[in-house]
Amino acid sequence: MSKQSSTGWLERASTVNGIVYALWGLCALLIAAEFVYHKHPYFGFDGWFGFYALAGFGAYCVIVFSAKGLRRLLARDEDYYGEDGDA
Amino acid sequence: MPEWLANPALVIMAGGLLAAVCPRAWLGALAVALPALGLTLLWQLPLGTYAPVTLFQLELATIRIDGLSRIWATIFHIAGGLAGLYAWHVRDRVQHAAALIYAGAAIGAVLAADLVTLFIYWELTAIASVFLIWARGTARAYRVGMRYLVIQVVSGLLLMAGAIIHYRATGSLAFNQLGLEVPGGWLIFLAFGIKCAFPLLHNWLQDAYPEATVTGTVVLSVFTTKLAVYALARGFAGEEILITIGAAMTAFPIFFAVIENDLRRVLAYSLNNQLGFMVVGIGIGTEMALNGAAAHAFAHILYKALLFMSMGAVLYRVGTIKASELGGLYKSMPLTAVFCIIGAMSISAFPLFSGFVTKSMILTAAAVEHHWVAWLVLLFASAGVLDHSGIKVPFFSFFHHDVGHRVPEAPWNMLAAMGITALLCIAIGVYPAPLYAILPFAVDYAPYTTAHVITQLQLLLFAALAFTTLFRRGWYPPEIPALNLDSDWVYRRLAPLLLTRVRGIADRWGDALSELASGAGRRGLALTRRVYQPDGVLAKPWGTGVMTLWVAVLLAAYLLFYFG
Repeated sequence: MSKQSSTGWLERASTVNGIVYALWGLCALLIAAEFVYHKHPYFGFDGWFGFYALAGFGAYCVIVFSAKGLRRLLARDEDYYGEDGDA
Repeated sequence: MPEWLANPALVIMAGGLLAAVCPRAWLGALAVALPALGLTLLWQLPLGTYAPVTLFQLELATIRIDGLSRIWATIFHIAGGLAGLYAWHVRDRVQHAAALIYAGAAIGAVLAADLVTLFIYWELTAIASVFLIWARGTARAYRVGMRYLVIQVVSGLLLMAGAIIHYRATGSLAFNQLGLEVPGGWLIFLAFGIKCAFPLLHNWLQDAYPEATVTGTVVLSVFTTKLAVYALARGFAGEEILITIGAAMTAFPIFFAVIENDLRRVLAYSLNNQLGFMVVGIGIGTEMALNGAAAHAFAHILYKALLFMSMGAVLYRVGTIKASELGGLYKSMPLTAVFCIIGAMSISAFPLFSGFVTKSMILTAAAVEHHWVAWLVLLFASAGVLDHSGIKVPFFSFFHHDVGHRVPEAPWNMLAAMGITALLCIAIGVYPAPLYAILPFAVDYAPYTTAHVITQLQLLLFAALAFTTLFRRGWYPPEIPALNLDSDWVYRRLAPLLLTRVRGIADRWGDALSELASGAGRRGLALTRRVYQPDGVLAKPWGTGVMTLWVAVLLAAYLLFYFG
């Protein structure tokens, strides 16, 4: 398999870095936008500075960090139920 | 022609029967043409409730066209046709026949105006759809199919029991707004809840859908659960408990999706999470919320089918759909990768994609009604969607690190089906007016406000930023082959274990019990023989007087018990 593996343009470090930097740039622009657009908060707290940005980042971290503990609790061998006898 | 025959459901199901016998070369064309024909017929039908049928002296109304049933029937037709195109290459009669009968039954159920018609189609969707799982042809698929069938049929039986209780108490079989307070209401609610994959009743979905065939899973993803969402919208709109149930549904599957290795199972969890948004909308029950639920069902059916199609194409070409064995497929299957990303951006609700203009209606409706807890859960779930469907599914199959699979691009018909579905996802996102025009209620909602676009982009892009940061630090959970326990553990492991225990106890006590039973049996038999033999008490000719006396005694006893 390895002989078929060639480094595609999307795997080059320069491309990946470019994508990540672009994302940082976009996020910075979106934070800058907080100062200019007119907010219509429904509850009050959703009008706080950067509320949605923080919600997105925070929620994502919670979900990812939950995975380790969840796996310890829930993950079993693939043939746990003994139904993998066929291919 | 009788009115009830001009039902798109019957047309498509008849085509399904035809698929069972026609030349195999016709199968693909039938699978596309019949839903197209049905859709044309649907839009010829006038608004109203009609097409009466009398069954066992019950007056049934088999067609009801109104705003709610029409949008659901419409998307069922469109998705059925696209799934047919996706399966054009399949030469298995069983799968085509099952898919068409299943689609027809789901459409029939949506058009049904009474509970008996609903029940008949409800069970038919269960029976037809299981063949899409069994068609996989493995022993495992057989067992999964049996589990799926039992649960689906139980849902139907609950619906029937609820309908009978409701009919006896009210004399009405009409399937309109029911609510939990009506007789039989809870049973019917539970029947809908099973098919809608409510929390703890959900696991048939993640158990069964990933085990169906490549094309079968696409078909399955469209109908059953969305039929249940429709039924809830019709019968239980505004039931507050649905807000809690729906919010829980949006949240818990996220955690299972992040640790799941089978990417079609990830999508099954994601499907469950999307249903939650619709259920919340139905629970809120305002016109805007119900519009949101209907619009979101419409958009969701398309992007979810698109995601299942792209993962099906990967499974079809590579032979596995385990994230731990995939990666770098963008080189071999670039078009499939693009279509998958369009599905991922639609479900994540990026501006200009379909989820953006539909999901936000539900969130806005929740906010307008001051359901701040539910609103926060939905916001959290929106970030979760970006993780499992927006990033995980495309990233681990098409990108990540190249594991060296060199396969051809998906077949033309799969690409065509994915291309059209992707186009619809973008079309709805860019120009939602035609979708808004066929919603059940007049729409007073503008999705493209500056605030909405900016806040949504903030939510999604900062979540994506979290992904890149965590992933590059090696904190993102690696894809590992494993099975994750879910509520199916109760009936796949706990129940068999308990049964074995009970059987063990029964074996130990068995001898004594059977001794006792056979002793009693022998004595009972001897007594019966003595009483009924030629000279026995009950075999003697009795005088009329004695008979009358006994009848009187029985009557007295009856009256005593009845009024006493």
